[in-house]
Amino acid sequence: MSDETKPVPAATFKVTIDNITIDVAPGTTVLNAARQIGGDVTPPAMCYYSKLQGSGGKCRTCLVEVAAGSTADPRPMPKLVASCRTTVMDGMVVKNITSDKVKDARAGVVEFLLLNHPLDCPVCDQAGECHLQDLGYNHGKEGTRYEFKRRTFEKEDIGPYIQLHMTRCILCYRCTYVADQLTNKRSHGILDRGEHAEISTYISKAIDNDFSGNMIDVCPVGALTDKTFRFKNRVWFTKPMDAHRNCETPGCCGKTTLWLRGEEVFRVTARKDEWGEVQSYDGKPGWICNTCRFDKKKTTDWIVDGLTSINRHSVISQGKYPGLVMPKETITEVMGGRAPRLLMNIHDESEVNKPNVHLSELNGPADSTVFD
Amino acid sequence: MHNFKPWAAIEITSMQSLTNRAKAVDRRPMSLLERAYLPAIFKGMAITFGHMFKKRPTINYPEVTRPFSPVFRGLHVLNRDEEGRENCTACGLCAVACPAEAITMEAAERQKGEEHLYREEKYAAKYEINMLRCIFCGLCEEACPKDAIYLSETFAPANFQRKGFIYGKDDLLIPHPINEKEAYDKARGGRVTIKQA
Repeated sequence: MSDETKPVPAATFKVTIDNITIDVAPGTTVLNAARQIGGDVTPPAMCYYSKLQGSGGKCRTCLVEVAAGSTADPRPMPKLVASCRTTVMDGMVVKNITSDKVKDARAGVVEFLLLNHPLDCPVCDQAGECHLQDLGYNHGKEGTRYEFKRRTFEKEDIGPYIQLHMTRCILCYRCTYVADQLTNKRSHGILDRGEHAEISTYISKAIDNDFSGNMIDVCPVGALTDKTFRFKNRVWFTKPMDAHRNCETPGCCGKTTLWLRGEEVFRVTARKDEWGEVQSYDGKPGWICNTCRFDKKKTTDWIVDGLTSINRHSVISQGKYPGLVMPKETITEVMGGRAPRLLMNIHDESEVNKPNVHLSELNGPADSTVFD
Repeated sequence: MHNFKPWAAIEITSMQSLTNRAKAVDRRPMSLLERAYLPAIFKGMAITFGHMFKKRPTINYPEVTRPFSPVFRGLHVLNRDEEGRENCTACGLCAVACPAEAITMEAAERQKGEEHLYREEKYAAKYEINMLRCIFCGLCEEACPKDAIYLSETFAPANFQRKGFIYGKDDLLIPHPINEKEAYDKARGGRVTIKQA
């Protein structure tokens, strides 16, 4: 009689991340396990996108320290590992924010990502919802040690809807995965290697696929931005509203976020979840088609569901007061039905936000003729 | 001499005083010198005429002005670079920093042929500060990443109408440093020459 029975593989693996233990299914990556815990212990991710197969493993921002490999082999892993590509083992002990090594390495990764980044945030339309901004703010160092000329690219036009700024790209490859997995034929990819690598369409062919606009949403930086929103307003001055419409395009969920100024729809994006990724509905990612994104720029096209909830630490939440109750206006009542005589109506005088200028009807950025 | 102070007129002897400044009212009858009236008058006049020979604390504004403090925060100017191109890129950081929500703007894209006017590909086509709202706190200046807005050494001048306080780009932009050199230097003010050690 022998006690030697094969150990039954556990139905769930116990993993400890920053002293918080959680049971996860085998095959889960460390990053996803940390996302199940949520909060500060989740490593940041610039290239990994849970809705895109095969993404991750490129940017190295999600590096974590594995203090014990598993119960069976509790030796620590010799180097920091990319948590988006490392699957959990039973009894694994992971250190993220509790490890000084990780903090140091992450600051180094941020420095590398910013080597060639132009830091033109004042001009960039992504500013305010840029993951690289958040990453640099939360994990980066204040100064740069880079003394050389930053890498620049020739400006390239990749179609009427999407603006490509190659200098801002961090080569996360997310957009090429969108093109691969969402559209039936990929018309853009990465050309060249190493420092010269760049996103480009094959012989500058315009991207005309119905779902190509989603690469704007997956881009963590301002390399791919919405041309119909270009320079119209800063993200934090627009008001995000959840809206939906019955979209005929197969594969389009029709659920979006509208970014408004007054009654004007400046931009339409897919709804984002807490990790900055496109929200899932019944396990399916809620991608939206280009018709919803670029052509439906009227509030009458949409059924508005209400204010999008924005993290209060985000700059986008500035000036937005959900649940604000305005006191009743009593002047007309007190004055016997007469309206108060305004000494000045700001709209008569102000040159900004003129009622006769409709920025949402422009297909591109405004130029000097628009406001005159 | 009677030392009458209205705030000390209450009888405070029975009470514990809160400060040591309270004085009891002197109710003794006036002395001969006090009743003579004129000595007190002359004493007061001596003080009054004495001021004529002292240094005057006032100045004849506007012929004479006082120097501004180096940290004075006055009317805003929108800056240009040394080639005369506008620095502002309409990034909106001044507007988001403004506690009074006085700043608004409209951005536009620089076209071909406008490179000598605007420094970057995006610029503020309209830029407006509502001086009725502005509290001259200088946070816009702090927030600006492009060296584009400064608070100068001038006051916002008075106006008869409210609409005169909506300052647009024509009011705010600093004169061109090459074409209007004199006006530019004047607008830069004196304190920019202060060299830091």
